[in-house]
Amino acid sequence: MATATRQIKAKSAPAEDVMKHPLEDLIRTERIPHIWCPGCGIGTVFSACLSAIQQTGIDYGKFSMVSGIGCSGRGAGYVRLDSFHTTHGRAIPFATGIKMADPSVNVIVFSGDGDLFAIGGNHFIHAARRNMDITVICINNFIYGMTGGQVAATTPHMAKSATTPYGNPDSPFNLPMLAIASGATYVARWTMIHSRDLTNAFVEAINHRGFSFIEVLSPCPINYARRNKIKTMDMVRQFQNNTIIKNHADPSEMDIDFQKGVVLGKFIDIDRPTPDEILAGMRAQRNNS
Amino acid sequence: MEPKVLTGEHFINGDTACAEGAIAAGCTFFGAYPITPATEVAERMAERLPDLGGVFIQMEDEIAAITSILGAAWTGAKTMTATSGPGFSLMMETVGLAVVTETPCVVVNVQRGGPSTGLPTMGAQADMMQARWGSHGDYEIIAIAPSSPQEMFDLTILAFNLSETYRVPVFIMSDEVVGHMSEKVVIPKESKIKTVSRPRPSGRKDRFKPYKPGPNGVPPMPTIGEGYNVHVTGLTHDEQGYPVMSVDTQKEMMTRLLGKIRNNLNDIIRTEAYLLEDADIVIVSYGVSARTSYTAVDMLRETGIRAGLLRLITVWPFPEDQIRELAKKVKGFVTVEINMGQISREVERCAGSRVPSYLVGHAGGTVITPDAVIQKIKEVF
Repeated sequence: MATATRQIKAKSAPAEDVMKHPLEDLIRTERIPHIWCPGCGIGTVFSACLSAIQQTGIDYGKFSMVSGIGCSGRGAGYVRLDSFHTTHGRAIPFATGIKMADPSVNVIVFSGDGDLFAIGGNHFIHAARRNMDITVICINNFIYGMTGGQVAATTPHMAKSATTPYGNPDSPFNLPMLAIASGATYVARWTMIHSRDLTNAFVEAINHRGFSFIEVLSPCPINYARRNKIKTMDMVRQFQNNTIIKNHADPSEMDIDFQKGVVLGKFIDIDRPTPDEILAGMRAQRNNS
Repeated sequence: MEPKVLTGEHFINGDTACAEGAIAAGCTFFGAYPITPATEVAERMAERLPDLGGVFIQMEDEIAAITSILGAAWTGAKTMTATSGPGFSLMMETVGLAVVTETPCVVVNVQRGGPSTGLPTMGAQADMMQARWGSHGDYEIIAIAPSSPQEMFDLTILAFNLSETYRVPVFIMSDEVVGHMSEKVVIPKESKIKTVSRPRPSGRKDRFKPYKPGPNGVPPMPTIGEGYNVHVTGLTHDEQGYPVMSVDTQKEMMTRLLGKIRNNLNDIIRTEAYLLEDADIVIVSYGVSARTSYTAVDMLRETGIRAGLLRLITVWPFPEDQIRELAKKVKGFVTVEINMGQISREVERCAGSRVPSYLVGHAGGTVITPDAVIQKIKEVF
């Protein structure tokens, strides 16, 4: 009898909610498989971002995702939202246009370190200065992945890349320090293995009024790790073992040095008026006068 | 507070008239970066837009300025930016994004002497080829050349209407002289101003294909938050808007993008003929140089030379057929423009070997005098 019962269970179709991917309503499933390489961390960060969108409970119609160019920049192409894959470095001014023209939209910029901090660096500091109410997610994989592993503004000093075959002579940005100095009002850093903290940070960042920035450290197995003779799993282990969670750390401690230990956490979460609020206030004042 | 449309007679400069034309056309978002001699457009917009519920934002550079207006356009807003040569150069990559994503927007270039920093406070018409070819790849855009502050008002409205109709960036190729000269500008009643808005989608949102063309080749454009969940990319894309890296998709997309303009030339091209019917010699001109050319035609007629003027109101797409037709019956062409030969090359190309074609131009910094035009015509014909 027990056997018969089991057979009946096996024949009946699994409940619909079991078959469905929990993020299916937010993914353009017809565009899968994605382009990200095996071992790449972007997918994990992307999932955390979509989970965060779900967890906010905000109507999906009130979200828009904007990306620049690069591996992370493909994020906008996989999310089932009004999504924009723009020019290299220009996701932030595109997002700024959306936000100022329709402040009801929650605009998420999902892009990489090369896009946001080399070619797009000027836009980043100015959007932070303005406290533009957008959420900027930077996946920092320390390299230009899509073009084949050239040195980035985040590549560690003396690391090898396709364009620094003898080692990177330059020093990388300390991104949280840059964000805080520029005027960002929410700044956090996590790695792709801290998916729960990351998701929580994304939820906080989306709900935060003002410019929020999350740096997410992520491995690029093909174009960074391999060239620098680092095993991808060792890099991921460093994310686990050589990181220190220290909320509200001093920005000068936030440089990336896995020997010393990389500081993670929420560094700043403050309130400051946003440009759309200020404009609305100005209009109201002029209407009343 | 001032109303949206400032109906009445004004004595204002071309830049200010341009801003008023934009507002009358329904522009509610202006992204700016200061640059001489276009700054007055931004200053006027900064003063006017907040009271009208619109947005003025001064961005960190011209790349950001034009990119911001594309983002804003996808919220349903009519958007504009204004610049001059150096800023126009910086905007070029994003012009391509606007073309390929079919994002309507208006870009004003109040031209000054170039190249590089050039003559910031002095006029030129030397960005005409850049307007046509400045971004990479093949594409079609629309460019309009106003000759007076009144036209800065009227043609800015036209620019918005064409941009919305065809979902292409439209350039207003003004120049320092027209931008800074003050003249009478008559602004009609709001009810008399014809404005056009982009085609809008209807029907099932889950089956919507954002790049499936409508009857004139232009797809309807949704806005963020309507539930169409569109993906918009600068990559070569199919009707769904999804990137497809293939020869066939590239061909299909490019054919339609070019066709939107090339198949609607009669609706887009605007020229003005002055004493052309019996003309032996045709002056082709646009913008401030057209003003010179009217006078030159009159003076030449007084001396018995049958000159006429073809004024290009829209410079791009170029009125090829009109020039080819004229070439069959006239002695030759003279193109009057403040550069070292740009539109004159187009005239020469269309005139072919049938009749000669000459340039009256100079390197920039001042207008061309009617005497220079007359002297050239007397010399070569």
